[in-house]
Amino acid sequence: MQEITMKAVIDNIPAVTEFIDAQLEAVDCPMKAQMQIDVAIDEIFSNIAHYAYPDGTGDATVRFEYDPKAGEATVCFRDRGVPYNSLDKSDPDVTLPAVERAVGGLGIFLVKKLMDRITYDYVDGMNVLSIIKKIA
Amino acid sequence: MTITKKQTGSTLELALAGRLDTMTAPELEAALSKDMGGADSLILDFSKLDYISSAGLRVLLSAHKAMLGKNGMKVVHVNDIVQEVFEVTGFSDILTIE
Repeated sequence: MQEITMKAVIDNIPAVTEFIDAQLEAVDCPMKAQMQIDVAIDEIFSNIAHYAYPDGTGDATVRFEYDPKAGEATVCFRDRGVPYNSLDKSDPDVTLPAVERAVGGLGIFLVKKLMDRITYDYVDGMNVLSIIKKIA
Repeated sequence: MTITKKQTGSTLELALAGRLDTMTAPELEAALSKDMGGADSLILDFSKLDYISSAGLRVLLSAHKAMLGKNGMKVVHVNDIVQEVFEVTGFSDILTIE
């Protein structure tokens, strides 16, 4: 298990992505799965940066775990911000024509589609969101 | 992300390389608002684009809408990841992808 704690600001997305990419490369993750995970990181970390700490900013911890038996990579995001379960949001209507489209809510929907599983829990004053992807 | 601009007559072509995400989507937005006004058609070349997130989709949607009254916008040379993102979000039904 490896983890990194940073200020929850969008400027830190590249550093978080680089950290996770290094972990994924160490377990020979295929490039396609790595990029899908990178997209998920962008969606989730930007959500935390934008909404978790309305009064300023706080930290977010991103943890990487790999289960070689199941071939599953887990990236877990923790923050001490406003309790918020993004999985509660209903999925956007992706069949609407362009002029009626709103792009809000598309981010977490995309994460659901690109990952195998997402879990959310609020424990000890922390939002804990995990994405799980089979990479082997 | 880097953006390479090519203007041929009234066609504006932007070639993107790298990642179109939260940090870089504003760069594309800025490039479009600077140069799109004088163009009748817009081509976005994604051959060197690694991936796109919803922040990038947002910019593509507004560019698509802006070009609707003109000769339109076309996205070319998308890789597997970008295509998958377009498909699951329904953007493949909205955009012209070649």
